[in-house]
Amino acid sequence: MDLITSWIGNIPEFAVPFALAALGLIITEKSGVLALGAEGLMLVGAVIGVGAALTVDNTAVALAIAMIAASVVSLLFALMVLVMRINQVISGLVLVFFCQGLTTLTGTLMGWTNQPVSGLGAIALWPLSELPYVGRFFIQNVVVYLVPVIFVVAVWALNRTTPGLRLRAVGENPQAADAAGISVLGYRLAAIMIGAALIGLAGAFIAVLSNKLWISNMTAGRGWIAVALVIFARWSPWKALAGALLFGCIEALIPQLAASGIKLPQYFVFMAPYAITLGVMIWVAASKRDSSSQPGALGTPFIREERT
Amino acid sequence: MSKQNAIQLSGVSKTFDGFKALTDADFTAKWGEVHALLGENGAGKSSLMNIVAGLYGPEGGSLFIDDNPIKLKGPKEAAKLGIGMVHQHFKLVMPFTVAENILLNLGHIQTSGLYRERLRRVSDDIRAMAKRIGFEIDPDTRVDQLSIAEQQRVEILKVLLAGAKVLILDEPTAVLTEEEAERLLTTVQGFAREGAAVILVTHKMNDVLRYADQVTIMRAGQTVKSLKPDSVSVDELIRLTVGESTSDQSATPEKRAPGAPYLQVKGLTSTGAPRALNHLDLTLNKGEIYGLAGVGGNGQSELANALMGIPEPVEGQMEIAGEGDLAGFDAARRRAIGIASIPADRYGAALAGPLSIADNFALGDIHSGRYGPFWYLKTRAIEADAAEAVRQFDVQGVRSLKQKAALLSGGNAQKLVIAREFNHPPKLVLAHSPSRGLDVKATEAVRDRLRAARDDGAAVLLISEDLDEVMAMADRIGVMSAGRIVAEFSQPADRQAIGQAMVNHV
Repeated sequence: MDLITSWIGNIPEFAVPFALAALGLIITEKSGVLALGAEGLMLVGAVIGVGAALTVDNTAVALAIAMIAASVVSLLFALMVLVMRINQVISGLVLVFFCQGLTTLTGTLMGWTNQPVSGLGAIALWPLSELPYVGRFFIQNVVVYLVPVIFVVAVWALNRTTPGLRLRAVGENPQAADAAGISVLGYRLAAIMIGAALIGLAGAFIAVLSNKLWISNMTAGRGWIAVALVIFARWSPWKALAGALLFGCIEALIPQLAASGIKLPQYFVFMAPYAITLGVMIWVAASKRDSSSQPGALGTPFIREERT
Repeated sequence: MSKQNAIQLSGVSKTFDGFKALTDADFTAKWGEVHALLGENGAGKSSLMNIVAGLYGPEGGSLFIDDNPIKLKGPKEAAKLGIGMVHQHFKLVMPFTVAENILLNLGHIQTSGLYRERLRRVSDDIRAMAKRIGFEIDPDTRVDQLSIAEQQRVEILKVLLAGAKVLILDEPTAVLTEEEAERLLTTVQGFAREGAAVILVTHKMNDVLRYADQVTIMRAGQTVKSLKPDSVSVDELIRLTVGESTSDQSATPEKRAPGAPYLQVKGLTSTGAPRALNHLDLTLNKGEIYGLAGVGGNGQSELANALMGIPEPVEGQMEIAGEGDLAGFDAARRRAIGIASIPADRYGAALAGPLSIADNFALGDIHSGRYGPFWYLKTRAIEADAAEAVRQFDVQGVRSLKQKAALLSGGNAQKLVIAREFNHPPKLVLAHSPSRGLDVKATEAVRDRLRAARDDGAAVLLISEDLDEVMAMADRIGVMSAGRIVAEFSQPADRQAIGQAMVNHV
């Protein structure tokens, strides 16, 4: 009884980083840029979020700074893939390793490691918060409540606005978009930066709002799970949100199991999310669903004067 | 509108990776005329027009639009100045609807309102314009569900709705059947009569003679001459285009006695829906070319796949005399019994683009062990054989045998495919649109090879949407419609009757 109540109450905290990171990845990848750097950008959001919270003591401002920081770092990725046209897989991996080193260094040099921050208080959504079993699901910080709003706005912008149409065109057929007078590189740059901001917010959520402190490499592979989640969701934001909730359920279960006294090998428990990710990926691949939802030009650099 | 210049280019050059695509080219098109830009593949026609459309920046020379000097910064600016280009490879976003594709292109026209409202307005505009010029297009259909001819209409609607007054069509009839091409060219002639300038990039002499008011001829990156098509003879036009006179293409083959049946197809039917193939029967004899004519999309690709061994869900018989049913043969077995395949998609299905010319050539014989066991490749033997084949089959543009096959032009890529497939004398040749997109000389070379194979006793199946080609090549002609052969003709065949059979069963 208590177990289930607190499990359900913990789900949003674990699901939100996945949801935000996956949405950021979807926005970037809809423009045709393969974004594998989520893990690195989440770390940037996390360390800068904590650093800003320690410095300015205003959580909202700290989260905004974290988003901007991730966006700025993503310019490096944009430089590699858009201007220098380096392989997007390599660029994504390089970005992750670079950010892992950069954030550890920054955290240590600035003395932000293990310094507690205040975070945000929980708001109860009355009367939903009074429901049996699921009531604690509706006692969360304000960012959790903002997630559905962010999703609605993002989906609307992608599917129901002219810039969204152009962004998707750039990702499906950049040559066609270019011939229509759309700046392919401009839209890709914007998609990378907006996506990075959301991924940075996901990282800041983990550090500033969930754990309320910074520890080196604290995202622990969640960025990679988000990458898998996007493929699992076939680039659909709503499916990605559902997938994020599913993974949130699994991650939230682990501490509950430990607390309930069930004896499980510790490393097995830590391994579980990744094993489940692997299982889901194999299931997706085996179920042979149509791959047409993948942006047509994903991973391909754009060169105008290429002769075909 | 007065007959002033719509587009004028003078002294334009363009280089790609050291290759001079254009050298000092001049071009003038006037308002109210259909202006053909004629030349062989690789003569620089598309490059020249891409400069007008703002896609390529010229390296020298000047561009005048409506007699004003212009430096285009990009395609957006060209569109603003009323230049619209329909590319040979369509620039459409496949998963989008017709209306979304067209809305995408209207960026430079400032329209206000909510997205949904704009989309609705664009849909209305599409319906109105389509009605005016006689196209039938539903704005809410996804582009990937349209036929090639319909996609081309979307491209034309796209540039017209963007306000184009100069309409550039790059090889518009290459993908169309005769009827579709006629309809299209009559429509664009109408645009010119209303005062627009239409530029028709083509290598088809017939298009020029029938529809153009003025023709500019290009050869090897230079503009050779500009003249009125009715002021010169066809031979003169061909001479200017290719630099030499080629043999008469329209000669019909002499009547020949057919050999014994070699391939017998019985009741070939697609298992999936829709039934692309519907109880198709076909007998192919030794020592004959069987030409399969028909409007594209009547099951030709599916038949070619089934025969060539490209996965295609079919049932029925494909019996090879003395060998058994083709369906059970893997690629190695097919080669061993002497089947040569020339697929329609030469870069996708016949060649591995990133591999070298020598490697592509060697693929044909790799199974036989000629080039060594599985753990060792005799590269010298491969290169010696490839060099010999390249020479024998006149594959041009080969700087080195290690050069990527993807760098070969269409005609030379096709020659390489044929060199590989004909390396051992074939017993059965399956050729699908073998001369599509090739210039006059390369087409002649390909056809000579097919005739030579026939004369050596091979059974040749020529699937082609180009009726001229079938008429000029085939000993017997079958007309394909709705997945089956609806009529067969022996040479000399009546072109009118074949045309009738092609359209009546659609």
